[in-house]
Amino acid sequence: MILFIGLPIISTGIQSFYAQHDQILIEVKKCDPFGCKTSVVVDQEATSKIKEEKPLGKFNGFGTYIDRNHLASDQVSEFWSESKSLGEFIGKVGNLPFYKALVFTLTYCVIVTPCVLLLGFIIALSLNAISRKIRGPLIFGTILPMIVTPLVGSLVLFWMIDAEGIIGANLQILMDDPYLSVKSSKALTWITIIIYGVWHHSPFAFVVFYAALQTVPQEPLEASIIDGASRFQRVKHIVLPHIYPVVTFVALISLMDNFRVFEPIIGFSAEGSAQSLSWLIYDNLVNEEVILFGSAAATSIMTIVGISIILTPVLLRTWKEFRTNR
Amino acid sequence: MDFGLDKKSNSLKTFNTIFIVIWLLLACFPFIWTFWGSFKVRADFFSRADWWYAITAFNTLIETGARFTKEAYSGAWFEGEFWKASRNTVIVTISVVSISLFLGTLGAYALSRSTKNYAFWILIIALIFRAMPHITLVSGYLFPFFQLQIWGILPTTIVVLVAINQPFTLWLLYSFFKTVPKELDESALIDGCSYFQAFRHIIMPVMWPGVITAGLFSLMLAYNDFTVTALLLNQENHTMVPKIQSYLGTNQHEGNLMWAVSAVVSATAPLFLLVMFFQRQVISGLTAGAIKG
Repeated sequence: MILFIGLPIISTGIQSFYAQHDQILIEVKKCDPFGCKTSVVVDQEATSKIKEEKPLGKFNGFGTYIDRNHLASDQVSEFWSESKSLGEFIGKVGNLPFYKALVFTLTYCVIVTPCVLLLGFIIALSLNAISRKIRGPLIFGTILPMIVTPLVGSLVLFWMIDAEGIIGANLQILMDDPYLSVKSSKALTWITIIIYGVWHHSPFAFVVFYAALQTVPQEPLEASIIDGASRFQRVKHIVLPHIYPVVTFVALISLMDNFRVFEPIIGFSAEGSAQSLSWLIYDNLVNEEVILFGSAAATSIMTIVGISIILTPVLLRTWKEFRTNR
Repeated sequence: MDFGLDKKSNSLKTFNTIFIVIWLLLACFPFIWTFWGSFKVRADFFSRADWWYAITAFNTLIETGARFTKEAYSGAWFEGEFWKASRNTVIVTISVVSISLFLGTLGAYALSRSTKNYAFWILIIALIFRAMPHITLVSGYLFPFFQLQIWGILPTTIVVLVAINQPFTLWLLYSFFKTVPKELDESALIDGCSYFQAFRHIIMPVMWPGVITAGLFSLMLAYNDFTVTALLLNQENHTMVPKIQSYLGTNQHEGNLMWAVSAVVSATAPLFLLVMFFQRQVISGLTAGAIKG
C-alpha cells in the first residue's frame, strides 16, 4: 500500500516541478524565384532528441505552480493593483482556470454536504417509522442512486433533463420558453450538478443514519414521552445527541467525496461552465498533443493540500481516541 | 420505534408516507425510465417533437414495426464491442476483489491484534490515502507507466485498483476484526497453535460476514471505476464505464447515444441484482466504520 500510493504521490510531487519542453525552433531560409524568406519552424529531430534525454521535461521549480493556469500569482497581483473595488478583483480572479475550478469545487462541497446530511437524516427518520415488513424493498429502492457509478448516474439524469428528454421538455413547457436548455446556462448547470450530487450521496447518509437509529436506546425516549416532549423535541434532545458521532463521520466522508467531484462533469458534459479541480487534472492528462504531466501534477499537489486541510481535525480526534483506548 | 406510548397522529403518518413515496420516485424513476427507453429508437427516447413519444413508441413503431426493439443492445454489444469491455470488466473485477481481500484480511487481522504505535500510523496513513482523489494518484502513475511501457494493459490497472481499494478494505476489516474477541485466538495460541494455524482454524470460520462486505465494496469500486480505467487503459482494453463514455462521442466524432443508453442498462443490471442479494451485507458494511466512530 505504501509502495503503490505513497510512491505515486511522490512521483506527482517530482513531476510538478517540471514542465514540458519548449519546442526547439530553427530558422530556415527558403529561397524561391521571388526572393528569399526566413521562416521559423520546429526542429522535430532536436525536439524528440531532448525529449528522449530528459523525459520529465525541463526543470521548472515552482514555475508551474505560479503560472497562469494555476496560482497565477502574477495575474493576481496585477489584478489587485488594477482593480478599483474588491468585487472587480474577485470577478477577475474568478476567471482564472484554477480559481474557477476551486470556486466550483468549494461551492459544490459547501452546498451538497449539508443537504446530503439533512435529506439522509429525514429519509432515515421516516423510513424508521414505517412498518418493518415493507422496509426491505424500500431500503433497496433508496440506495439505488448510490450503487451505480457516478458517471452512469449522471448520464441517466442528464438524458432526462436534456432538452429532448422528459424533464427538460416539460420544463420548457412550464417556463414557456422553447429555448430553455440546462446546458446553455451556467447557473442551471451548477444547480443540476449540485442536485445530482445530493441525489447521489444522500443514500449513503441515509444508510448510516438508519443503522445508527437502530441503536438509539428506547428508555430515554419513553421517559421523554411521559414527560410530555413533542416529537421534534425528542429528535432534537435525544436522537441527535446519540447519533452525533455518526453525523460527523458522514459529514467528513461526504466532504472528502464531494471535494473530488469529477465524473458528473463528464456525464453532464458540463466542461464549459463547471470545472472542478479533478477535472482540471483529467483535462491535462487527456490533452491530445502533449500530455501536460507537470501541470496536472501541480494541480494534484494543491488538491492534496486542500484535502489535508479538511482532514486535519479528524486526524487529531482519531489520535486522541487511540491514545485513550490503548 | 414500535412501542405503545409513541402514538403517531394520522396527519404525520400520511405526510411520512407521501414523503417516502416521493423520495422513492426520485431515486428509482430515472433508472426505470432509462431501462424503458433503451428498447426504443433514438427518435423516441430523445424526441424533439414530444417526449410522450418515448412512452407510446411512435417512431419505434415506424422504424422497426414493433413497440420494443433490441436494436440498441445488439448494436452496442456486437458492433460497439461492448462484449469485449464487459469481459475486461469481469477480469479486472475478479482479480481486484480476490487480491485485495487476500491482502486485506491478513493485514487487517495483524493490525487489529497489534498494540504497537506503528499500527495506528499505518491506519492513519490508510485514512489519508482513502481521502486522496483518485485522479491525483493516476497523474502520478501515468508518467512512470509510459516510461516503463506498461501503460494500457490490464495487469497494471489491476494493481493500481487494488492499491486504491486497499485503505478502505483495511479499515473495514480492521473494525470488523476488532469485534472478534481476542480471547478466541489467544486460547488457540495457548493450546499450541502457531499464529497461522490460529488464523486458519479460528478466525477464518468467523470472518465471512466481514469479508463478504469488504468484497462487495471492492467489487463496486473495481466495477464502477472510471478515472483509473479511462486513463490507464488503451482503447482495446477499456472496461465498461470508459466504454460507455466513448459512445457519447466527442467534438471530433459523433457518438452513438442509443448504444450508450443500452450499455448503461447492461452495465447497471448485474450490479442491481448483486446488491439485491447482498443488501444486508452492504448496509452492515457501510455502518461498520460509523458505529465505531
